[in-house]
Amino acid sequence: MAESATGGAGVAAPAALIRVRGVAKTYRAAEGDVQSLLPLDFDIRQGEFLSVVGPSGCGKSTLLKLIAGLLPVSHGVIDIAGQQVDGPAPGIGIVFQNHVLLAWRTVLQNVMLQIEVRKLPRESGLEHARKLIDMVGLNGFENKFPWQLSGGMQQRASICRALVHDPAILLMDEPFGALDAMTREKMNLELQRIWAAARKTVLLITHSIPESIFLSDRVLVMTERPGAIAAIYDVALPRPRTLAMMGSPEFARLAQTIRGHFYSQGTLDH
Amino acid sequence: MPVPRPWPRRLVESEAARPLILIVVIFVLWDMVIRLFRIPPYLIPTPLSVAGMLVTEWPRLLREGLITGYATLGGFALSILLGIPIAMLIAYSRLVESYVYPLLVFSQSIPKIAIAPLFVVWFGFGIFPKVISAFLLGFFPVVVATVMGFKSMEPEMIDLARSMRASRWQMFMKFSLPQALPSIFSGLKVSATLAVVGAVVGEFVGSNSGIGYLLQIANGNFDLPLMFAALFVLSMMGVLLFGVVELAEKLMIPWHQSRRGDAVGLAV
Ligand SMILES: Nc1ncnc2c1ncn2[C@@H]1O[C@H](COP(=O)(O)OP(=O)(O)OP(=O)(O)O)[C@@H](O)[C@H]1O
Ligand SMILES: [Mg+2]
Repeated sequence: MAESATGGAGVAAPAALIRVRGVAKTYRAAEGDVQSLLPLDFDIRQGEFLSVVGPSGCGKSTLLKLIAGLLPVSHGVIDIAGQQVDGPAPGIGIVFQNHVLLAWRTVLQNVMLQIEVRKLPRESGLEHARKLIDMVGLNGFENKFPWQLSGGMQQRASICRALVHDPAILLMDEPFGALDAMTREKMNLELQRIWAAARKTVLLITHSIPESIFLSDRVLVMTERPGAIAAIYDVALPRPRTLAMMGSPEFARLAQTIRGHFYSQGTLDH
Repeated sequence: MPVPRPWPRRLVESEAARPLILIVVIFVLWDMVIRLFRIPPYLIPTPLSVAGMLVTEWPRLLREGLITGYATLGGFALSILLGIPIAMLIAYSRLVESYVYPLLVFSQSIPKIAIAPLFVVWFGFGIFPKVISAFLLGFFPVVVATVMGFKSMEPEMIDLARSMRASRWQMFMKFSLPQALPSIFSGLKVSATLAVVGAVVGEFVGSNSGIGYLLQIANGNFDLPLMFAALFVLSMMGVLLFGVVELAEKLMIPWHQSRRGDAVGLAV
């Protein structure tokens, strides 16, 4: 049932960069254990854009934290470029679901935190930070504190922070959730551009089915909690993608197929 | 162009002037109540006699005030120097917390005034027992607020720090400490005013100098104007120390001041 695809760029499918093998997660808590993820198996290829969609509470954020090395797996193995993950690996940028900006730092300082903590060269970091802030439309707000920004602006600042050290792997947890539709589409285009230009490997968690199709090489659909993989779809649309493609029959068909998963489960998230 | 407002309006709207205005109002009410109900001066002195005492006895009040001030500062400094590190140990180590915290709470329930005479027995009549007494009162709020500050870090912020592969030192300097500072400062403000009380308690039970001692004498002589004047000096000391802490807060965490708006940090 998967659509045929070659990723669009015309190159032979590269090897898996991130390998998830039999990974399950159960949260241990005093009130009892919460089984969050059933054993999952999938790969993310080098340079691939993979989206994850699934109902709320199905373990998407958990999956991201496992890959990021922020949570220990309960079962199974994750490896990145052949290295088993047992802590935060270098070369990863994360956009957290709650954007976590530091209240005592301005937008620019928050973005630069990544450079400071990682002890990267300040000059080039600053230049890149300003470029990113410009790109997400926050110019003029560099010296504002997070609480002086709207939710969507905070989210964009946290996207800059995740990108400023030019990570090879980008993990994003609903990065555009607080944005209006117009800004969201603009950010989608920017993300596609960054991804294409720097050939990053991206894992994007989203609640928007159109967004997941528009951006991804593959879309991973999860079941309700405890999360398992319901299906993985290849997106055959050519690249670079334009907003107009969202109106194409192919796009609509795939969106309908994915949506079907949620209706059959009796939940439609978002 | 904003129209310049008349000066009485500007005065009322300036925040610094408001407490002063309130003080003036209280003085006037105080005077009126005494006149209206014919309260004899051996029960409540008139504001004028207190003000007069403040002027005539100023050198003495200043001298004793300084003595109490030193003891307060000593106790307050000790509260900071011991309180913050101990609080950090409690916040970072379950083991230390389980051993030390209950004991601290327990010790806090002992009325200081009851054990203050013991300090005199142990340390004599110098400044030392007063400093200890000021420390004992000022210490606890610092510990409680600091522990709270360090413990209230969101899990996602810890994730963020870890994702950047922050070292323990970076974690502390760039995340935990700035995050805890507002809470620490609210503890320091409570501690500052309590340290003044502590110093006076120390002077009450065994001392031959300081405002506390002066209060004892004034009490013994039924010298109410002197007593009120001494209380006034004492309050001013508390206000001053509070103001200094607030100033330090403004300088160290300017981002906080503007955000919290009207809520003054008088927690605990
Ligand atoms: N720290 C935790 N301790 C215990 N249980 C947790 C913890 N974090 C998440 N869970 C549980 O794990 C499940 C998955 O949570 P997760 O945050 O991964 O969901 P999600 O798919 O990201 O949801 P959403 O789309 O709403 O963000 C939830 O049922 C939640 O209750
Ligand atoms: Mg989530």
